[in-house]
Amino acid sequence: MKPFIEKCAEKGFLFSAILSASITILILSFMIFFSFPIFKGGDIAAFFTLGWNPYEGKFGILPMMAGTGIIASLALFIATPFGIGCSALISVFSKGSSGRFLRKVVEFMTGIPTVIYGFVAIFLLVPFIREIFEKGTGMCVLSASIMLALLILPTIVLFLSDAFNSVPRSYIDAADSLGATPAQKLVYVIIPYAWKGIISGLVLAAGRAVGDTLIALMIAGNALQIPTGLDDAARTLTSHIALIIASDYESPEFKSIFLCGLILFTFTTLIVLIMRSLGYFKILGKR
Amino acid sequence: MNRFIQYSITFFAWISGIILIGAIGVLLIFLLFKGVSSLNSFLIFGETRPLDALLFRKDVLDGLFPAIIGTILLITASIVWAIPIGVASGIYLAEYCNLRWKPFFSFMLDLLAGIPSILVGLFGFTLSIFLHRHLSEHIYPCFLISSMALACLVLPYIIRTTEQALVNLPFSVKTTGLALGASRLQNILFILIPYNLSRIISGIILAIGRCAEDTAVIMLTGVVAMAGIPHSLLAKYEALPFYIFYISSDYNSQEELMKGFGACIILLAVCAVFFTLANILKRKAEIRFATRT
Repeated sequence: MKPFIEKCAEKGFLFSAILSASITILILSFMIFFSFPIFKGGDIAAFFTLGWNPYEGKFGILPMMAGTGIIASLALFIATPFGIGCSALISVFSKGSSGRFLRKVVEFMTGIPTVIYGFVAIFLLVPFIREIFEKGTGMCVLSASIMLALLILPTIVLFLSDAFNSVPRSYIDAADSLGATPAQKLVYVIIPYAWKGIISGLVLAAGRAVGDTLIALMIAGNALQIPTGLDDAARTLTSHIALIIASDYESPEFKSIFLCGLILFTFTTLIVLIMRSLGYFKILGKR
Repeated sequence: MNRFIQYSITFFAWISGIILIGAIGVLLIFLLFKGVSSLNSFLIFGETRPLDALLFRKDVLDGLFPAIIGTILLITASIVWAIPIGVASGIYLAEYCNLRWKPFFSFMLDLLAGIPSILVGLFGFTLSIFLHRHLSEHIYPCFLISSMALACLVLPYIIRTTEQALVNLPFSVKTTGLALGASRLQNILFILIPYNLSRIISGIILAIGRCAEDTAVIMLTGVVAMAGIPHSLLAKYEALPFYIFYISSDYNSQEELMKGFGACIILLAVCAVFFTLANILKRKAEIRFATRT
């Protein structure tokens, strides 16, 4: 091929790469640009207060931060033991057909649209939770956390079972030849070796739990309050953004969603940095 | 270790596996059980005759047809944006990029892959405001903006799979063409890409699946509940996932709810097909490597 075409192609490839990288920068600069008036106005502290009442000029996003924190950590709390159990089953206890079947099911779960989880939860889980608490609508922190746990389980299980499988063959053979049972292998050989992988999987799952919009939006109730119990409705940062799309671009109400966006962006950056410090690059998780 | 503790660990692993499969089984069976009765041509075409609708002679008012067409058009448009940029960036990262810049690009892509999709939607929304103010009064959140935002969302998938597909090639494959006198570009276009094409395509199909299911991005960038088939790039449109979301919060009758279940099944089937296809191609690529290297 002519050197000219070679040069053009190389420039084209370079241009595409720069374009892709600049999307991230562009997203960040839009967030900063639109929330900049808040920083300049000096009333930044007012946004981190409790109250949200547009009619009184209160735009505190603390309830949303609390909602995100509580729902995401509860989901992680529910999903972690199951995730470790399932990945142990896949990589240690049942390397035969049932383990393979479980892995197939978990892989398939990553392909199920989030909106379907939410839709089914409304008609299956929410009435059930309503019966248990015997009050409210059933759209509460607990419902959202359970569903979110189911949503992040594939991330945890796939990541962890890969981490468990990465233990060198010789370690496993050594344990086997010493007569270790599968449970002993798991506790004394595999988990100590793969702890970095376990932490990374959980960090990645935390990122997903915080970043998910649909589950919380559909079944957490979206109330503007700091939830005090499992049966309280709550609103997350992500669903707050989805709910407030005001037409008046200059209103503080509208600016607050960019502050939410900035917080979510910072959190994502933190997750990526932690993953990198643990030695995991090229992360591709479903959001 | 105490034998009892060992048994409990094993028992717990099995129980968590069973609960997971049980939960997902209940979810799917409930969906099928509820929705299968509503799966018929009325669900898709409503009162309109299917042929008229398919030839776009009449508008479908009470069926899922506009939402299905909207989703198909949206996927097509986003992929048209994302494939050239994604594949070209992947090639650059795998073959041209020097070690000084690679960490930067890699970090930016990891960030883009990790950003919550609602932020990508918010980005699309602000982009439309920006364009509305500075370019043209006619630009509002619309089909065009949605497809661009969705392309941003799936770009990391395409870039990463392309890059991986090229980087992980055996050394002999990478160098044979060059040794025979092929130029760098020829080597990439005629040897490396064809050699691992199925891996690249599996990444693209996975990206298509993501486009089909995403709700958060389109919710902020112009999808509406009732719009019919979009007639221009600047028009509002309907899409299946948003229809499901809308029905879940705003259904008036049992009949509408049933349509929601029907839409769920259609969307699930579509995503399952894409997902299976992507996996088959990925496996094919893996098997090929296992035998050739």
